[in-house]
Amino acid sequence: MTFYLLLTVNSITFGGLLFLLAAGFSLIFGLMRIPNLTHGSLFMLGAYFGATLVGGMLSIQFNFWVATLIAAALVAVFGAIIERFLLRRLPGQPLAQVLVTLGIAFMIADFGLMVWGGDPINVATPGGLTGFVRLGPLVFPYYRLAVIAIAVAVAIGLWLLLDRTRLGAMIRAGVDDPDMARVVGIRVSQLFTIVFALGAGLAAFAGIIGAPILSVYPGLDFEMLPLALVVVILGGSGSLIGSFVGSIIIGFIYNFGQALLPQLSYFVLFLPMLIVLLLRPQGLFGKFVP
Amino acid sequence: MSGRVVALALAGAALVTLPYWIQGSYYINVSSQILFYAIFALGLNVLAGYGGLVSLGHAGLLGIVAYAVAYTLQAGLGHTIAILAALVIGLASMAVYAVLSLRATGIGFIMITLALGEIIWGLAYRWISITNGDNGINVRTRPEPFDLSLASPIAFYYACLIVFLVSLAMVTVFVRSPLGAALMGTRDQPRRMNALGYHVWAIRFWACIFSGLLTAISGILFVYYNQFISPQALDLTSSAEVLLMVIAGGAGSLLGPAVGAALVVVVKSVVSGFIERWNMLLGAIFVVIVIFMPEGLVPGTVRLWRLAWRKASAHASHETEPAASEAEAKQ
Repeated sequence: MTFYLLLTVNSITFGGLLFLLAAGFSLIFGLMRIPNLTHGSLFMLGAYFGATLVGGMLSIQFNFWVATLIAAALVAVFGAIIERFLLRRLPGQPLAQVLVTLGIAFMIADFGLMVWGGDPINVATPGGLTGFVRLGPLVFPYYRLAVIAIAVAVAIGLWLLLDRTRLGAMIRAGVDDPDMARVVGIRVSQLFTIVFALGAGLAAFAGIIGAPILSVYPGLDFEMLPLALVVVILGGSGSLIGSFVGSIIIGFIYNFGQALLPQLSYFVLFLPMLIVLLLRPQGLFGKFVP
Repeated sequence: MSGRVVALALAGAALVTLPYWIQGSYYINVSSQILFYAIFALGLNVLAGYGGLVSLGHAGLLGIVAYAVAYTLQAGLGHTIAILAALVIGLASMAVYAVLSLRATGIGFIMITLALGEIIWGLAYRWISITNGDNGINVRTRPEPFDLSLASPIAFYYACLIVFLVSLAMVTVFVRSPLGAALMGTRDQPRRMNALGYHVWAIRFWACIFSGLLTAISGILFVYYNQFISPQALDLTSSAEVLLMVIAGGAGSLLGPAVGAALVVVVKSVVSGFIERWNMLLGAIFVVIVIFMPEGLVPGTVRLWRLAWRKASAHASHETEPAASEAEAKQ
């Protein structure tokens, strides 16, 4: 019983991380129809930046949360540059978009190897969250609970942004009908840059928040990318609630699969996605078939 | 047109005589790799280039075929049975793959195929009792068709070359066939094709099967070349690499995938000996190709060549205008 409860908490924590990663992916996919195959790389890049800032490799040791914000902002700017100078030139050309995003992913992977080497880098759990909560026989690390809280807070923040602000209304309009949004005077191309930067920043944020749990290592990028994909296919692209539900489901399947069916863990991970594709191709909460 | 024939004849002659002017088995092995990766890329090009269906899971299919060969041989059966079994299993897997992924088109297709590729990789990686996990399976011998040993690099190179030329001919025939034309129709105007009475799904399905056949052929060469198969050959990076070969060389052109395969294999195996950061170089090459030749190297070069030629001829005709007008006057 204890085992299953612990597994449940770990699943929700991982689901929270996945949500931070997949929310941006889903928005980019939903609004821009771009398969952003750099998303896992942005996650890894954020984690490396965070590790550098926290670990004091630049001779100044930053506070974990300050480092998180700086690294996320840096990656967001990087994302905006990719969108503005590369993807902007390739509207409606999925082949070229795949080539460019994969090319950048290769470059980031090699850059990571060059700067940070091949060994995993562990990031210390931020001060104040190193302890444990004891509930009877159960022991929960504070940090994992904090990740859940952060994911929920970001989810609420994103929901407020999308549902309650003018910018959010414009983004939703762009997701639902980009042509019509243009006609009524929304500058969709500007939205693209904003959404891409936001998605990149969120992915980096997820990378740093996840670093004390997952650590950072080469190959993390292409490990996270398929997970983000599965979440988005499961939940439906362009849907926030879809990303949230999808992330939690995948978080559970990932952790329980690893623990109970280690030999088939990847198979069970992708199985629900296949079932959803066959029965409801637009995803659980999606509005359109990609 | 005659220039094209000459160029193709020269390229063919170069390929046939390659072992005589390239020294060292290392470079001959690199050439064999280019050839079977070119077949792999040709197969993907049928879908990605002519069908507009970008598959990011083809390495998974290649892996299934390679594992089928290795597993059959390990079970003590002969090469003929292994190759036949691999072809059948490869085509059957492709049929399942097609039925699942043809639920969507466009970006949806990319994502489904990526996920399918990852499932296959995950099975190969984790289902250790069948696949031996990361340790992979060894293939001890190469087949001996007509009692010719393929053990030496040169013999294997010629085997690859023959299979490559046959595959290229198959793709050429396919592209020029009614089915090929219909496939390009479903890429450009799926709704119109549907309205014209074509069964869009069936056309795409058979294109997938044809692509699967080429993938299976290259998978068999792949496993006999390496004499080893491990999950690494199936991962997302491998799927991405072959897709990049297709797009970089020129999706929807006959020779583009082969050029792309040469580019990627040369950077991976030759340039990597001189430049430590070859992955970054490869990534940079892809980005540069997209910026300057978004249609790919082969169509892009042809376009630039024609442009330059037209400019040169326009320039030349400008200079010789009096002579030309005189000639016209005489006529």
